[in-house]
Amino acid sequence: MSTSYEQFSNRIRRHCLHMAHIGESGHIGSMLSCVDLMVVLYGGNVLRFRPDDPKWIDRDRFIMSKGHAGAAVYAVLTEHGFFPNEWMDTYYQDNGKLMGHISHYVPGVEYSTGSLGHGLSVCCGMALAAKEKNKHHRIFCMLSDGDCNEGSTWEAIMFAGQEKLDNIITIVDYNKIQALGFVKDIIDLGNIGKKISDFGWAVKEINGHDHQEIERTLMQVPFENGKPSFIVAHTVKGKGVSFLENTVASHYAKITDQMLEDALKELGDK
Amino acid sequence: MRKIFNKRLVELAEHDERIHMVLADIGYGEIESFAEKFPNRYYNVGVAEQNMTGVACGLAMEGNIAVTYSIANFPTLRCLEQVRNDVCYHNANVKIVIIGGGVSYGALGVSHHSTEDIAIMRALPNIVVVVPCDPKEAKYAVDAMIAHDGPVYYRCGYKNESDVHDGEIDFSFGKALTVREGSDCTVIFCGPIGSEAKKAVEKLANEGLSCDLISMHTIKPIDKDAILGSVRKTGRLVTIEEHNLSGGLGSAVAEVLADGQLTGVKFKRMGFPDVYVHEVGSQAWLRTLYGLDSKGIEDTIKTLCSE
Repeated sequence: MSTSYEQFSNRIRRHCLHMAHIGESGHIGSMLSCVDLMVVLYGGNVLRFRPDDPKWIDRDRFIMSKGHAGAAVYAVLTEHGFFPNEWMDTYYQDNGKLMGHISHYVPGVEYSTGSLGHGLSVCCGMALAAKEKNKHHRIFCMLSDGDCNEGSTWEAIMFAGQEKLDNIITIVDYNKIQALGFVKDIIDLGNIGKKISDFGWAVKEINGHDHQEIERTLMQVPFENGKPSFIVAHTVKGKGVSFLENTVASHYAKITDQMLEDALKELGDK
Repeated sequence: MRKIFNKRLVELAEHDERIHMVLADIGYGEIESFAEKFPNRYYNVGVAEQNMTGVACGLAMEGNIAVTYSIANFPTLRCLEQVRNDVCYHNANVKIVIIGGGVSYGALGVSHHSTEDIAIMRALPNIVVVVPCDPKEAKYAVDAMIAHDGPVYYRCGYKNESDVHDGEIDFSFGKALTVREGSDCTVIFCGPIGSEAKKAVEKLANEGLSCDLISMHTIKPIDKDAILGSVRKTGRLVTIEEHNLSGGLGSAVAEVLADGQLTGVKFKRMGFPDVYVHEVGSQAWLRTLYGLDSKGIEDTIKTLCSE
């Protein structure tokens, strides 16, 4: 399992680099940091979904609140057959199929985001709806650390704890870098797990690049009945490409021809 | 008017399990009936309007009708991006209801005056903007709001609004209602300020000046035919709104005239100028201060008709 996850993650990273390159777009660092999480989420043992029926009523809902890393979701969805691989060649292009920030016009995408701080509130509404109807699908949300600057995210955190929404699973892709610098220098989130647990969530911390640990953890949800689950996934911005890793520049860096060549060479064809 | 809104919503919710209320700790003395009857469809998220709107959107994305409800600018401007990106972009079945359109809250002050909301909300794609003028319109607008599949902005009055329509009305979104007919001037209003317009028009009728008096309860989509049809007849037009002049009813009507290539119309827009209404006083007093009472309206129509 680990080997195949490894191969799959590598393939997704190559797709992300390809899209960022042709799009001359930013956010490659944000995409690469969450690839391993995305690959496990959609790996078959966590999220329940049907590529041939994206709106299947009993699917697990996944909302990518860090919509600027939408290309990582697109790459995973196309690999699972939600839409043709060729659509990736249209990322950011005139009359393209894939816009920079994640869009619900793309098959398999549950919800559009792009402005931070929106995803978790919507998850709360979906979670309430599921509970009212005694439905057993789960609501997954991925946050960035920038998302955790937004007051609206904390409004939702307080509410989900209050309402005991244990059908919500939130992962923060905690790469510790935001647009203009390191999290600790901008709004230091400190021990974010402690803060979240104080609002009635069950929290676990993991290495967000260890596929086995990610899968093991995600298969344990809810961590506690009556509490929403929160996973602090420690990640590295730009993971997998040495000259992007843990750099502020990787948030906005454009991927030049040379950078693409170097990055693909480094990733290798695993 | 808010009592009528809440009563009608409860009546509809008895027969429609999709209807939910999502509140941000506002509604004391009004929402208890819904909360008591439908505790499983009622959520108070606390003083957190962004979350209120996001939660409502999530409920709506799962096939429900979610009503957010608060004072003046709280469920609109405070969480405008949630209204735009979440509700309107996703065309979610969320109904955004404000209590206290215009300066209904009078002496409570600028924070509680809703005087830019029509302009801002009508700029958003996918949303219906409705401003009922009296208890009759208020009730039927609730029915239309629930029947409509998609976002609705409902600008409710506060209390004790008087009837503008004398008889029964045939209410539907996008179809203006004529209160009385005339040939000298078209007078178009939205909201409870219609009672002032009606007084003015009735007084003028006694003096031999007859006006088409039209309630434009739906600002978006606006009833172009009603505007153009009446103005072609009268050649004169006054719009009246309890709202700033930038982008509100008067602007929406002006757009219709421009798009309809209607030239040579004598046209006056009445509303608040580009200001915050910082003076202290009741709604009635503030209306008078800004010339938006029946006397001010009467004078404006007279002047326009004498030019």
